[in-house]
Amino acid sequence: MDLRPTPSEAAFRTELRQWLAAVLPTLPPKPPAHDWPARRAYDTGWQRMLFDAGYAGVDWPAEGGGRDASPVEQLIFKEELERAHAPYVGVNFVGLLHAGPTIVAEGNADQRARYLPPILRGDEVWCQGFSEPDAGSDLASLRTRAVRDGDEYVVTGSKIWTSHAEVADYCELLVRTGPDDSRHKGITWLIMPMDAPGIEIRPLETIAGSTEFAELYLDEVRIPAANRVGGENDGWRVTMVTLSFERGTAFVGDLLEAIELLDQAVALARRTGAWDDPGVRRQAGHLRAELDALWALTRRNVSQAARTGVPGIGGTVFKLAYTETRQRLGEFSLGLLGRCGLAATAPEPLDGGGPLPTATMVEDWLRGISLTIAAGTSQVQRNIVAERILGLPKEPPAAGGGR
Amino acid sequence: MDFELSDDQRDLAEAIRRLCQGRLPLAELRRRERTVHAVDRDGWAALGGAGVFAMTVPEADGGLGLGLADAAVIFEELGAGLVPGPLVATFLAAGRIDGAADGSAVVGVVERPGTADRSSDVLPTVVEHLDDLDVLVVLDGSGLAVVDPTSVEATPLDGSLDPLTPLWALSRLPAGEPLGGPTEAARWSRDGAALTAAIQVGLARWACDRAVDYAKERHQFGRPIGSFQAIKHLCADMVVRTEVARAAVHAGALTVDQPDVGDAQRAVAGAKLLADEAALANSRTAIQVHGGMGFTWEVPVHLAAKRARVHASQFGTVDDQASALAGGF
Repeated sequence: MDLRPTPSEAAFRTELRQWLAAVLPTLPPKPPAHDWPARRAYDTGWQRMLFDAGYAGVDWPAEGGGRDASPVEQLIFKEELERAHAPYVGVNFVGLLHAGPTIVAEGNADQRARYLPPILRGDEVWCQGFSEPDAGSDLASLRTRAVRDGDEYVVTGSKIWTSHAEVADYCELLVRTGPDDSRHKGITWLIMPMDAPGIEIRPLETIAGSTEFAELYLDEVRIPAANRVGGENDGWRVTMVTLSFERGTAFVGDLLEAIELLDQAVALARRTGAWDDPGVRRQAGHLRAELDALWALTRRNVSQAARTGVPGIGGTVFKLAYTETRQRLGEFSLGLLGRCGLAATAPEPLDGGGPLPTATMVEDWLRGISLTIAAGTSQVQRNIVAERILGLPKEPPAAGGGR
Repeated sequence: MDFELSDDQRDLAEAIRRLCQGRLPLAELRRRERTVHAVDRDGWAALGGAGVFAMTVPEADGGLGLGLADAAVIFEELGAGLVPGPLVATFLAAGRIDGAADGSAVVGVVERPGTADRSSDVLPTVVEHLDDLDVLVVLDGSGLAVVDPTSVEATPLDGSLDPLTPLWALSRLPAGEPLGGPTEAARWSRDGAALTAAIQVGLARWACDRAVDYAKERHQFGRPIGSFQAIKHLCADMVVRTEVARAAVHAGALTVDQPDVGDAQRAVAGAKLLADEAALANSRTAIQVHGGMGFTWEVPVHLAAKRARVHASQFGTVDDQASALAGGF
């Protein structure tokens, strides 16, 4: 065990830090939250800056045009970007973290040449069409049907939780090509152009009032068979291969943000006088212990990935712990605001000091609710830990279904 | 940066695990339950012979010259082996008190009331393993003092919660002979907390393993109870608590060894807090998974729940650590 950086890790960090210090002041102002075309322009503009500096696809393999950074460098990359308050990956999320790596691993030469460079440059934006209204945790039950017609697939069905659909150029789409009950064995991975006829996008407003998600209704959308990645009915494996790119760094930005939010909460507690309460101080101390431990666990998971080349089960353990800690942090922060935490708009503070951090804390509490649901509910994650780490037996399949 | 255990650390852990299973198996340890002598002196010497107490003593002084992180890896195994006795105090005394390093002496420590958050005019001081001790060290903020354990006025406390941690009540603590000043006392408190936390991680892991084994073999409603999600989720939570606490403990101990990577005091406080919680919660959960059998004396999971409470009271409670951490904002 060694927590000290190697000379090359230290050099990577220094170079990145210098670059960030030089370019971040040149960024345009952040666009309004609901103006998606403006957000696309902002996020893709940032991606272009990363590309020009050689930081696009830091975690991608070299054959995909990426930097092929080590897991520790990937950790440093995310850490430095968060600490410098650089823009988030935003609308580039699916392209950079999901569709791109899938095409690197499973796409053919034509697909790689066509789709990868525009993702890295920030020219094209992707969205994800995996979940369906009736296929959430049980993704393998998805029913969006693709029927082969000559050199095209004709796709009909619906998708949900498609982020940034309104501004996306392409969608990574999972469709049913096998029999209705073929589950994992009858799924195919397609690249769907978002300007194809027959796609209807209905924005989905979240409980936080945000609009990044949409439902997609697909009515006989024609997709060229050349847009299939991997073999027909091999889409489940293709999707799982993508997950193997994870190096334990998925939540680095979120975790560092949480550490900063705790500092903000303590500053607020000092200002309101709540800090005089030993119970409040202990809650803050407890949250600090949890967040510090999660940072240690991140470094452990990244180190494991560096040794083995594959993600360990540590990511599941991390997600279970982090999401609940983050929710407790949200409760703690919001509680400090008393009844002023009941509205996102901050009232004029009575001490004549700066504005209250109400909007941040209300939004964080609301968004926190999604954490134990998104990307696999905590209940499904616990099943995974129990079955894959501990070897506990699977539940007998319910009549008519199964896993 | 490589925060994975080295091959040497894994080998060391494996060796101590084997030593515990071979020389200090649980069935043998349990023969001493509810007696005033929980420490097996031969076993203690075997631990000393394996270098358990002298791990961080410099090689020039006859120790292994390793770091506190290496010791944390070993102390997790001692915790998982439910080895009783003042392991941490004897480790801290190695190189300072004769016989501690090689396990020929058993050294205990007692924290003078008033050093923690709460002191009391009502509650006497409680010390563990007094009849097995060759030396008792009194720890407070101003320093360390050595006391002859036979010289203290002590009343044995029947019904010690942990049947392998006999207890005595002290009406007053003698001043003793000075052993070290505030700097050394602070080091004892910090390193003691780190290694006690490592023991707690071992207890948390052991409790989880017992629960999982039982959930696989125990059948009800025609299936192993471990196939029910209600049981699975209890077990998964045990894994999460153990893994998070272990990462914190290793980071805490390693930050002591490599002070330039962070604030060791803060890292150790967080480690002790989370390891205490993991041991307390996992051991209680393991009893729950065992159902009625978990409430019997024969099934050993209760030992972890009781031992965890002993360690949670040493070198700062969960609340003490939370308060200390809050002081760092």
